Amino acid sequence: MSAVEVEHLTVRHGDLVAVDAISFTAEAGQVTTVLGPNGAGKTSTIEVCEGYRRATAGSVRVLGLDPATHQRQLSGRMGVMLQEGGVYPGSAVLETVRHYAALYGNGADAAALVESVGLTNRSKTTWRRLSGGEKQRLSLALALAAKPDVAFLDEPTSGVDINGRDAIRGIIRDLAANGCAVVLATHELDEAERLADRMVIIDRGSLVADGTLAELRKGHDEIRFRSDPGLDLRALAAATGIVAAEVGRDEYVIDAPPQPRLMAQLGDWLAEAGHPLHDLRAGGQRLEDVFRRLTRGDENER
Amino acid sequence: MRIALVQLRAELRRVAGNGEQLLLTLGIPVMLLVFFSLIDVLPTDTKEPIDFLAPGILALATMSTAMVSLGIGTGFERSYHVLKRLGTTPLGRARLIVAKIGSVIAVEIVQFAVLIPVAFALGWKPDSPNWLLAVVGVIVGTMAFAGVGLTLAGRLPGEINLAAQNGLYLVLLLLGGMVIPFAKLPGVVRAVAHALPSGALADVLRDALSNAATQPTRSWIVLGAWAVVTPLLASRLFRWD
Repeated sequence: MSAVEVEHLTVRHGDLVAVDAISFTAEAGQVTTVLGPNGAGKTSTIEVCEGYRRATAGSVRVLGLDPATHQRQLSGRMGVMLQEGGVYPGSAVLETVRHYAALYGNGADAAALVESVGLTNRSKTTWRRLSGGEKQRLSLALALAAKPDVAFLDEPTSGVDINGRDAIRGIIRDLAANGCAVVLATHELDEAERLADRMVIIDRGSLVADGTLAELRKGHDEIRFRSDPGLDLRALAAATGIVAAEVGRDEYVIDAPPQPRLMAQLGDWLAEAGHPLHDLRAGGQRLEDVFRRLTRGDENER
Repeated sequence: MRIALVQLRAELRRVAGNGEQLLLTLGIPVMLLVFFSLIDVLPTDTKEPIDFLAPGILALATMSTAMVSLGIGTGFERSYHVLKRLGTTPLGRARLIVAKIGSVIAVEIVQFAVLIPVAFALGWKPDSPNWLLAVVGVIVGTMAFAGVGLTLAGRLPGEINLAAQNGLYLVLLLLGGMVIPFAKLPGVVRAVAHALPSGALADVLRDALSNAATQPTRSWIVLGAWAVVTPLLASRLFRWD
């Protein structure tokens, strides 16, 4: 049994179909990212899993239970991090975590939780005085207070600085390593690429991909490099048979598998023409390009 | 039970730490009671203004806590997504409501523990008081006002809810027979005032504590109707985020 099972889930807000018959699973001990552009339906999907919103059609099971009807049984095993807010502005950090730890009643140590998210020196600071990143860290601490078997985290590093992001990512990895099923909704590709064991991509309410990063990249190899702007790509094609496309001011992509012979030919041609070769990268597409292809590219590619 | 108590403690800590709410629930009722008892400017038609004022101020205190304080606090909790987050914990909605009711009752006990001795100190002499009936009146009034407060809190954005609750508080205070007798209001306004929960509660408390109600039976019916309708309305209309 998967920790989270979503089957043909549909969510409507009036006439708007926010989520359209999507299905996916999330496993214990793994980080599953739910990726999608803004307004894709990620938050609606997560809210149904949390038991906060009812599905219009389809079903969701979390730890084998329907969150809409078993929210009470699930709440003690489920950690939830909201996209924004959720704390009274006048409440201090440690006081808030203590309150939630007491609500869960599982013996979670509030001070240790505050320390784990790096807010010990802000223990007495009220929510309204925290920076955006510190608010995110406190939100994560509140989700951890559940000692969860399954955690739903909505944009956990939004507004967090680089060091804070690393700390939060470390906590998320530890959660999964300890057997928690982590479902992470984000539109940040870097986040997903660094953390995800499995990726679910939603676009305009529909599921467009579900798999590991390697599976999503499969069949979409490329060679990417930088050189002088405005290379004579016709001359390159005539001399070597390599078809390249300029995708940035000085960035080029060849839609081909990473064959050493091809890369050697490219290097030779650039050297003979007196052009530099920078940032040569060969292999699967970057997640950014996979995402672009799946969320707004050719419909036939889906 | 343990979880509801955890939440009740948090609710009470929040009320105790909120200066505006303390002013509203305790400061203003005490000030009105003391000021208008010592300075006889109200057309109360009683020998001592305190005999008219004391039941009215107890009704005002009930309204301040059950409607305004509860409504403003809950409205902001809704706007800040606090209710949404709490809804994902083992607390659940039912225990949250129990904790909020407990918090309102606790604040009312403190209010009455302060206001009643102050009223006695100012010379209040209740006439054959039926305290039990007064407690029933306060409970029914609390239900009615909580229903009004939560209906507004459950629909309006935080800042608009704040303005609406304060505006309503002022209207109900002035038209509720709490500090200005019904008899001094113009005819049409008087009829409206008798139909308001504030007017009904003030009249019911005067009936219970001083045998000085203007239309006690009708006021009990009016208050009972508000106590049934507004909580139902709140439960139908309340949005948790």
